[in-house]
Amino acid sequence: MAHAAAAPVAPARKRSVFGSPLARREAIVGYLFISPWLIGFVVFLAGPIIASFVLSFTRYSPGRDPVWLGLSNYTRMFSDDLFYHSLRVTSVYTLFSVPLGLIIALGLAVLLNQKVFGQRIFRTIFYLPSLISGVAVAIVFAWIFNARFGIINYFLSLLGLPGPNWLGDPEWTMPAFILMSLWGVGGTVVIFIAALQGVPTELYEAAELDGAGSWKRFWHITLPMISPVILFSLITGIIGTFQTFAVSYIMTGGGPANASLFYLLYLYRNAFTWFEMGYASALAWFLFLIILVCTVILLRTSDLWVHYEGLAKK
Amino acid sequence: MGAITFRRHSAQWYARRTARALVVYGLLIGLGAIFILPFLWSLTSSLRETGAPLGFPPQFLPTQFNWRNYVRVFEMIPFATFFRNSVIVTTIAVFGELLSASLVAFGFARLRFPGRNLLFILLLSTMMIPYPVTMIPSFILWVRGLGMANTFGPLVLPPFFGPAFSIFLLRQFFMTINTELDEAAKIDGASEFRIYWQIILPLAKPALATIAIFSFMANWNDFLTPLIYLSDRNLYTLALGINFLRNMRGGGELALQMAGAVMFIAPCIILYFLAQRFVIQGIVTTGLKG
Repeated sequence: MAHAAAAPVAPARKRSVFGSPLARREAIVGYLFISPWLIGFVVFLAGPIIASFVLSFTRYSPGRDPVWLGLSNYTRMFSDDLFYHSLRVTSVYTLFSVPLGLIIALGLAVLLNQKVFGQRIFRTIFYLPSLISGVAVAIVFAWIFNARFGIINYFLSLLGLPGPNWLGDPEWTMPAFILMSLWGVGGTVVIFIAALQGVPTELYEAAELDGAGSWKRFWHITLPMISPVILFSLITGIIGTFQTFAVSYIMTGGGPANASLFYLLYLYRNAFTWFEMGYASALAWFLFLIILVCTVILLRTSDLWVHYEGLAKK
Repeated sequence: MGAITFRRHSAQWYARRTARALVVYGLLIGLGAIFILPFLWSLTSSLRETGAPLGFPPQFLPTQFNWRNYVRVFEMIPFATFFRNSVIVTTIAVFGELLSASLVAFGFARLRFPGRNLLFILLLSTMMIPYPVTMIPSFILWVRGLGMANTFGPLVLPPFFGPAFSIFLLRQFFMTINTELDEAAKIDGASEFRIYWQIILPLAKPALATIAIFSFMANWNDFLTPLIYLSDRNLYTLALGINFLRNMRGGGELALQMAGAVMFIAPCIILYFLAQRFVIQGIVTTGLKG
């Protein structure tokens, strides 16, 4: 590895790539320091990536030799109803949970940024749920959404509304998952508060002197100034929701009637329940492609709405 | 916000300001209540009388303190074993992540070697790869290649090989540390490793603490990795354990599940309150500069 990396760098003033013996020594020590990552990169990343790519063109289950299938895992995806279904489940979830989460997080951050009394206590209250991920959330919310004893239906009954059978009715399962995801917006709230605090106050003062109301100030100053942070949260949010797994595995097992069959759950089942590891690898590459395309589209269109001077001035 | 002190404010201005404060506090308290309710309800439910009928209205503040439910969790599942497994896995993984990430970050931040920038860009781009892509070959490698199914190896060893995100954060932090100290140490003949160990690491304690906390949370809560690698029940981590409790016979009871969930999340909550400053700082750094 060290040799490969050392070869092509063009030395500017020095005679050899390493220059003096001292520089050569420093380079060797440098490679030693980064060697844990270099080894990890080759063994746990580059190797598996190549293997996964190769596997995606084969039929493979552990203990048997892989059988070369060419592209048929990929063509199989497009005639696989459950693939389409899981993709739709995950996309719908992403489409609602990410934007709603951002809006709520922004609202909470704006509220908390009003120099309110007890700001730290409120911030803690909103942040704590995001510490609790996966398993515990699923176990607690399975009860919260319980049709007969859950607290959501209790509150609905107080309003005189009939409570749906959240996790038993395919129509209501996705809304339940989306609602549940909103409980975890705390991390984004903390990020947004920091971003709001980074907006220079002179901008607001100038706007106020010009007679801009608070809505106008929010729309024309706050939003543009924190838009890079919104973009970042949007991208990480999408990457996260496309990898939703534990909550659906635990809370509903993908049901009812596959209403919560998330993409990664379907991939997991192919790989570790049915041992269709070749097909599962193809699914994994398609997932990567989706995430990549979403990220690239968001970054490419970002100059339409993201104001990049905001953070640089800070 | 809009307090421009040289202006005299009318009664109307004060009325508007009061109304606005009422709306802000009203919303904060109302939304705060919604966010905290699941916690209160799980805690209250975990302390219910054994076998008491579930029913409306649900209680949000404990009136009974039936700790027996917690004892029953220990009786139904080997909770102490699961807890110990989680502690072992999390401790080793956190240690590995701190050690390897700081070593690699030091290399990238402080030492010059050919290809450094290129390799760093490579490291950054690896963060783009979602875990599912490497999940299956890694499984084959660990289980068939290294024969480590039903060991903690696949859970605790990867952090020793340089988790990219932590390396990135630490490298950014090391870059902010003044180089004068290590230049002086170098003149005194200190080795690179001594500079790393005795100068940089002590100065980087806040950043290391942040990484340790996030690594703890990630490993403690991880479900997918132990699910794939551990099928021997004696090796279950707590994340698998409380799901196991939920699915076993007699485990369907609200009070039991909530007692299990409370004990599972307690370490995370305690850690948060002990190290709040680092947590908040960590999120802000990753969110704003990441």
